[in-house]
Amino acid sequence: MEKFQKFTGIVAPMDRANVDTDAIIPKQYLKSIKRTGFGPNLFDDWRYLDSGEPGLDNKERRVNPAFVLNKTPYKYAQILLARENFGCGSSREHAVWALADFGFKVVIAPSFADIFFNNSFKSGLLPIVLSVAVVDQLFLELAEHEDYQLSIDLERQIVSNSAGMEVPFEVDAFRKHCLLNGLDDIGLTLQHADQIKAFEQQYYQQSPWLA
Amino acid sequence: MAALTLYDKVWQQHVVRQDDYGTALLYIDRHLVHEVTSPQAFEGLLMNQRPLWRKQSILAVPDHNVPTTARNLGITDPVAKLQVDTLDQNCASFGLTEFKMDDRRQGIVHVIGPEQGATLPGMTVVCGDSHTSTHGAFAALAFGIGTSEVEHVMATQCLIQKKSKNMRVTIDGAVGQGITGKDIVLAIIGKIGTAGGNGYAIEFGGEAIRNLSMEGRMTVCNMAIEAGARAGMIGCDQTTIDYVNGRPFAPQQKDWDSAVAYWKTLHTDEGARFDREVVIAADSIEPQVTWGTSPEMVASVNAAIPDPGAEQNRQKSESVQKALDYMGLQANRAINSVYLDKVFIGSCTNSRIEDLRAAAAIARGRHVAQNIKLALVVPGSGLVKQQAEKEGLDQIFLQAGFEWREPGCSMCLAMNADRLESGERCASTSNRNFEGRQGQGGRTHLVSPAMAAAAAVCGHFTDVRTLELLN
Ligand code: SF4
Repeated sequence: MEKFQKFTGIVAPMDRANVDTDAIIPKQYLKSIKRTGFGPNLFDDWRYLDSGEPGLDNKERRVNPAFVLNKTPYKYAQILLARENFGCGSSREHAVWALADFGFKVVIAPSFADIFFNNSFKSGLLPIVLSVAVVDQLFLELAEHEDYQLSIDLERQIVSNSAGMEVPFEVDAFRKHCLLNGLDDIGLTLQHADQIKAFEQQYYQQSPWLA
Repeated sequence: MAALTLYDKVWQQHVVRQDDYGTALLYIDRHLVHEVTSPQAFEGLLMNQRPLWRKQSILAVPDHNVPTTARNLGITDPVAKLQVDTLDQNCASFGLTEFKMDDRRQGIVHVIGPEQGATLPGMTVVCGDSHTSTHGAFAALAFGIGTSEVEHVMATQCLIQKKSKNMRVTIDGAVGQGITGKDIVLAIIGKIGTAGGNGYAIEFGGEAIRNLSMEGRMTVCNMAIEAGARAGMIGCDQTTIDYVNGRPFAPQQKDWDSAVAYWKTLHTDEGARFDREVVIAADSIEPQVTWGTSPEMVASVNAAIPDPGAEQNRQKSESVQKALDYMGLQANRAINSVYLDKVFIGSCTNSRIEDLRAAAAIARGRHVAQNIKLALVVPGSGLVKQQAEKEGLDQIFLQAGFEWREPGCSMCLAMNADRLESGERCASTSNRNFEGRQGQGGRTHLVSPAMAAAAAVCGHFTDVRTLELLN
């Protein structure tokens, strides 16, 4: 995984609560057996006026000009700003892959659905929880400045803007460590293989019906 | 010793190590695998040349993409076929147990786990699927994971997890006649909201829950994820033990007694502390129907569609309006005056034998209304189908004008050919009424199996309690 570096990026507004993973990447794209290539179908039902199927050339399709990610400068956004319970619904990691493939590095919302939140870190996408009041404020500022940008500093756990606003955010120490160093969870866990084996020995002695 | 919740107990049993970051390495007993969220995980193992840690923990089955008609012709959609073939190949080359598409035991992953006894009390159960919470009905800690975590469990038999907080939802008293697990869980989601369970493992308790069969309990835990919870759980009792007894993967004679002795400890201790408690009066629960595009947008069948104008909070009012626009409904209209185009009885929420019995009881001696273009019954597994046919339920459905299909996820998420056309309205026993869930532009109302059958025969929503059972 790539190391998560400090960056400044364009923020795209998605002013709705409960954005679900069915909306982020519709089911027909889950038939893929790959991890890549989902970006053009991110928010497919909202982004295009015709209905999408895997294998279609997305460049030939009718785009919905009113949808935020079809507009400049949001086409180039790296930060998505949304409302409560972002990423609810299905466990599909394809939702994270699609956001990352599009170019998003950060999603900011007042709350996230649990599985989506966990999945994000695995592909280097950082979900940031900010209070409802701060998120409201950011939506207001965005409405006033089209090319509104935010800087994300994971090391210091700070979201800031060019006007000098600085908001701290929480992140699990372990997740932070992995993101900053681009570490792979599996490799880390396998360092404890002996401990897992020792656990198993005792565990199956105690619960022989599971052995 | 401190009083523990059920969740605390199962958690503690599985902690391999606690790390310096406040997370734990949690041991996983059962790993259920299906075709949609596994190919990238198998590929990751191969790419990194990592072996599978514990083959016997895995039970695999294709369910999301399989056709529900003409199984003998195979899968005609080449992209879906490739995904199912990929699962078959991976299972063959890694030496895993798989119930293939033509196996009588094939079915929806969350139906076959319990049916086979592959889900046992006290286990940690994971699957690359959010409705893994279903298995919590067995006092198991069961939750959905993403594909990277699927790979992590395959390679290490563990997951890096942070402990959730404890919530208890008590359904106080007994529910009225005709009220099912589905109505109970929809009422809970209506009350706490789709984000109400964020950060929690929810334990469901109270007389109404204890009175439920295992099927009913699975329905409740299935939708814990729709309340935003990491997991849903119900303490183990005689109902649980009786259900597990004699199933193919369940402990056999020699180990049975020691297993049961342990399982009997799997309930919350007297005096254990919950971070949040919610109590709902059982007798307040009526048959539920969702009217919007989120499971929390739910009301009694005898209520009216809410009025966004009556909502004080601007954002909420807008989201109600947005939902009504999508659903093609007007405020204040009586829910039982809403007519349907299609009816779907199936999905991991409601496709077990009891669900089919409940629907058939209503369908018996009646016929699907003329305005209903398609009424579909999709059993949760081949064995459920077989049992239903033994009881003659298939004949009741067929005579009433329902279609009787092969097992799979089907119109729950419409990855196969079963789907809604744009604008079509469906009474569905599944778990998600999101925009486009059952087909782009489709409109989904979530209900119990009996309520779905009632909607099918009346053509519109009807309080199932007003329908007599015919012979
Ligand atoms: S039936 Fe529906 S919710 Fe259940 S596993 Fe299949 S697609 Fe998911």
